[in-house]
Amino acid sequence: MTPPPASAKTTRWSWRSQAFRALAYQVLAVGFIGILVWYLAHNTATNMRQRGIQSGFDFLLGTAGFDIGESLFAFDSGESYLQAYLVGVTNTLRVALLGIFLTTVLGTLLGIGRFSRNALVRGLCRVYVEIFRNIPVLLQLLMWYLLCTELLPDMANAWELGPLFLSKGGLNFPIPVWAPGHAMAAWGLLLGLPLAWLWRSHAKNRFNATGVPRSMVWAPLAVVLACGLIAWLLGGAPSETNRPFRGEFAIENGGALTPEFLALLIGLTLYTAAFVAEVVRGGIQSVPQGQAEAASALGLSQSHSMRLVQLPQALRVIIPPLTNQYLNLTKNSSLAVAIGYPDVVSIANTAINQTGRAVECIALIMVVYLTTSLLTALLMNWYNARSAIQER
Amino acid sequence: MSFQKLKSVAFATAVFGAVAAFPAHAGKTLDAIKARGQVICGVHTGLAGFSAADSNGKWAGIDVDMCRAVAASTLGDAEKVKYVPLTAQARFTALQSGEIDMLSRNTTFTLTRDASLGLSQTAVVYYDGQGFMVPVKSKIKSAKQLKGQTVCVQSGTTTEKNLTDFSKANNLNIKPVVFEKLDAVEGAYFSGRCLSYTTDASGLASVRNKSAKNPADHLILPELISKEPLGPLVRRGDDEWAAIVKWTIFGLLEAEENGITQANVDDLKANSKDPVVGRILGSTEDTGKLLGLDKEWMANAIKATGNYGEIFERNVGPKSSLQLPRGLNNLWSKGGIQYAPPIR
Amino acid sequence: MTSHTFIAPRPAPAAASGWLGWCKSNLFYDWKTSLGTVLIGLIVLYVLPRLFNWGVTDAVLSGGYEACHAAQGACWAVVREKFRFILFGRYPHEEHWRALICTVLLLGLIVVSCTRAFWRTWLAGLWIGVLLLYFALMRGGFAGLRYVETDLWSGLPLTILLASLSMVMAFPIAVLIALGRRSGMPAIRSLCTVYVELIRGVPLISVLFMASFMFPLLMPQGFNIDVLIRVLAGITLFAAAYMAEVIRGGLQAIPKGQIEAAATLGLSYWQTQRKIVLPQALAMVVPGLMNNFISTFKDTSLVAIVSLYELTGAMGMAMNSDANWRAFRVEGYLFIALIYFVFCYSMSRYSQWIESQVNKSRQR
Repeated sequence: MTPPPASAKTTRWSWRSQAFRALAYQVLAVGFIGILVWYLAHNTATNMRQRGIQSGFDFLLGTAGFDIGESLFAFDSGESYLQAYLVGVTNTLRVALLGIFLTTVLGTLLGIGRFSRNALVRGLCRVYVEIFRNIPVLLQLLMWYLLCTELLPDMANAWELGPLFLSKGGLNFPIPVWAPGHAMAAWGLLLGLPLAWLWRSHAKNRFNATGVPRSMVWAPLAVVLACGLIAWLLGGAPSETNRPFRGEFAIENGGALTPEFLALLIGLTLYTAAFVAEVVRGGIQSVPQGQAEAASALGLSQSHSMRLVQLPQALRVIIPPLTNQYLNLTKNSSLAVAIGYPDVVSIANTAINQTGRAVECIALIMVVYLTTSLLTALLMNWYNARSAIQER
Repeated sequence: MSFQKLKSVAFATAVFGAVAAFPAHAGKTLDAIKARGQVICGVHTGLAGFSAADSNGKWAGIDVDMCRAVAASTLGDAEKVKYVPLTAQARFTALQSGEIDMLSRNTTFTLTRDASLGLSQTAVVYYDGQGFMVPVKSKIKSAKQLKGQTVCVQSGTTTEKNLTDFSKANNLNIKPVVFEKLDAVEGAYFSGRCLSYTTDASGLASVRNKSAKNPADHLILPELISKEPLGPLVRRGDDEWAAIVKWTIFGLLEAEENGITQANVDDLKANSKDPVVGRILGSTEDTGKLLGLDKEWMANAIKATGNYGEIFERNVGPKSSLQLPRGLNNLWSKGGIQYAPPIR
Repeated sequence: MTSHTFIAPRPAPAAASGWLGWCKSNLFYDWKTSLGTVLIGLIVLYVLPRLFNWGVTDAVLSGGYEACHAAQGACWAVVREKFRFILFGRYPHEEHWRALICTVLLLGLIVVSCTRAFWRTWLAGLWIGVLLLYFALMRGGFAGLRYVETDLWSGLPLTILLASLSMVMAFPIAVLIALGRRSGMPAIRSLCTVYVELIRGVPLISVLFMASFMFPLLMPQGFNIDVLIRVLAGITLFAAAYMAEVIRGGLQAIPKGQIEAAATLGLSYWQTQRKIVLPQALAMVVPGLMNNFISTFKDTSLVAIVSLYELTGAMGMAMNSDANWRAFRVEGYLFIALIYFVFCYSMSRYSQWIESQVNKSRQR
């Protein structure tokens, strides 16, 4: 039987075709969302107009009128709300970045500790993870703040540890008085970075050529510090510091880390470290057992095998959930409002109460956190791509 | 996709659109209250002397008594009130959104609140000022000695702003420690985190009395760094309801001026020959009609709560646990500044 | 042939088996391990007796606050004194029995849902029935029961209600969003992606603030939503975004061949999802969903910031309002930390058990 003659292909449009259905669904979905958004916006506008509530972001340029307890740079009550928000953002970032660094260190140690030879270490790591994972973070923050304010001595009877003072008022430490020499030192450190990079590439080349390993971490670090030191000496070696001393009611002078900051940092770090430990453990377990056995067959010690063979391969599995944990830490820092640390949510709260612009302030908070999440995710995606195993 | 589904979706969209086009009706608060049979009053979560609930859930305080007086004058029964405890953050949005009818929560009257929040201030119930409390062992006797010190303050109140103004004006560089919740502020002060605690002077007395282990260990400094006229707020745009709340409070002051008390109000209503008293109590003239209320609106209120002086004495006066003096809150004829316009 | 002289048999190495052997290989394997064991042992021996003295030996179990102030150890009397306030919050004192019954009912329902023997279709009906009963009993207002308005519901009943109801409501939303993210229609895919990324990028506090400050503005005037409903809506939306990601991971793991085979059999999109894809995907992601439930349970502690006093908020209220007991807040915190730990740990053990059950089908 001969096949039927091939007819010219015609696209027949049908109202019942899948393409049309898809189009219709999408139009309906977008339309529905659009109507819903319009309805809600219309309501909001009507309500605000009826009650005489003013809206708009112009309040950001108005005078703040409130002081902020701690900030990285000087903030006066005469500055604008926008400045206050910036102070809040820097406070949040301060806690978030420090927290991320500390939690990575602690979490990795705990995760590796789950594979230790020593049963006590294994057991303690397990107990730590179980306890800190199963208690809500707000409760942990409140408990740490309570411990910081109840157990530490009064400011008048502060514990003195060398130049440091520890009390209910926080940790007071001497800060260097800013002089041009410090700027020189900073430039020196910056100049040291390309020199260190040159050393590393030189050491790598020598290793590839001769097989003799050179120091890849300590030597470049020493180079950077040496450059900074030389620049500092050239700048006149300024060494004046602002030392704290016991004042009439409190410790005066010097820099201070308030108990709110300390409690927030400790609480967030310990909580997130438990999750990071589990992530690291999962990552190491995903590396085939044969790798560890081969490493020990080659005579590598347990720590060398972990550091050089297992962890680098585990990184591929660790990084996406680790990114999640970093984002969680940043978002959990918003709980600072419950213990009195002036982060961006706390400052937005004050702004809402003073200006009544609830919608705008909450929108600003969400924008700040979304931006931070996006940047962190981008950074970690880049690192993820870089550490991916080069497969055939 | 079947046309049935299309039709139902189109119908739903049309309904939604129609509902959206419905004009949001301007709420007549008094009609709503009469229909509901209850006044919804926003109060403090727990400030002794102003609005606090005991362990049985019974509310008491000056602000609570104002709510009860308004309920009595509007509905005839002081118990027809629902109390909604609100934090400092939520209080204005609760009033703006219609969740409560009046906010009786020792709120200061300020320009910002009158002009930009869509709210309207009624009558001042308590003239107060902001003060500081320090532990006696710190040996501080004046607020000017607080140079560079830490002061605990609650966020979202005029207190924060006043503290900043005071610090700036006197070059004190005060470091505020700001908390969201009142009990966090109290906890931080009493555990020694900050040297001083600042809020309205009446609030200081209340907190010292209720939360300090030994009230004698704490000293309220003499300086009052701001004016804090406290009173109820209502929504803007409903002048009728604002008038009712305002004149109920004025009526309580007028009652004290004219010697009408909770004990003698029935007697005076029946037997008084004084035309002023008669006008207030509704025995000679019906002023309630002008407000949209019952003839005996003020008599009901006074019977339920007593006059202003009795309310003050019972809740915060020298015989109560707060022991605050009448001071500025006395009648104008007795040296204070409470001056109510006449009911006529 | 020379006779062989056998050397005397040596005894078996004693320290290779039994608990002595275990100690040797796990605690004293080499000098580093031994050093670690000794150090940790010293620290534990220093800390543990002191902790035990504080918590048990010197502790005060009853008596008033004077006894507690006078004693050195922990003051568990504060728990005995305040546990009803901590567990039930502002719920009226005489009606605590209603709150207790509701809590037990809901807990029982959750345990029942976890046991395999009860995985039948009528479980859904049971859930609806128990939830309705919970609301009715807590609210009252009929059959002589006193009416208790929703802002008085607090403490442990509120925690369990918020966690379980929001998970139950978030589940269908999450499934739809996960399917939407994998759909071929670009508009729906982008809408779902925007929703998930938006919600996952902001902290729960801002969602709760939005729910409590902005919902009233979004509704037409006179239309008042209960604060409990607002908070529930906020937590549900939040949980749905996270659950959607977990379910999406499961959907991605289904081989494409399954969908192609379903198409060959003539199943429509929704039939394929309902009968083929979702049962396999959901079975795979149950551990992830349990993790979500545990986080939601812990996240309910945040609603204290919007004035709903669940367990953490009720404890704060109980301890802070009484000056006499204020010095013993640590004991109160430890009490509710214990409650949370018990709940969350059992849930995580259960999730491990489920995982092993699901993996049984994969073992060869």
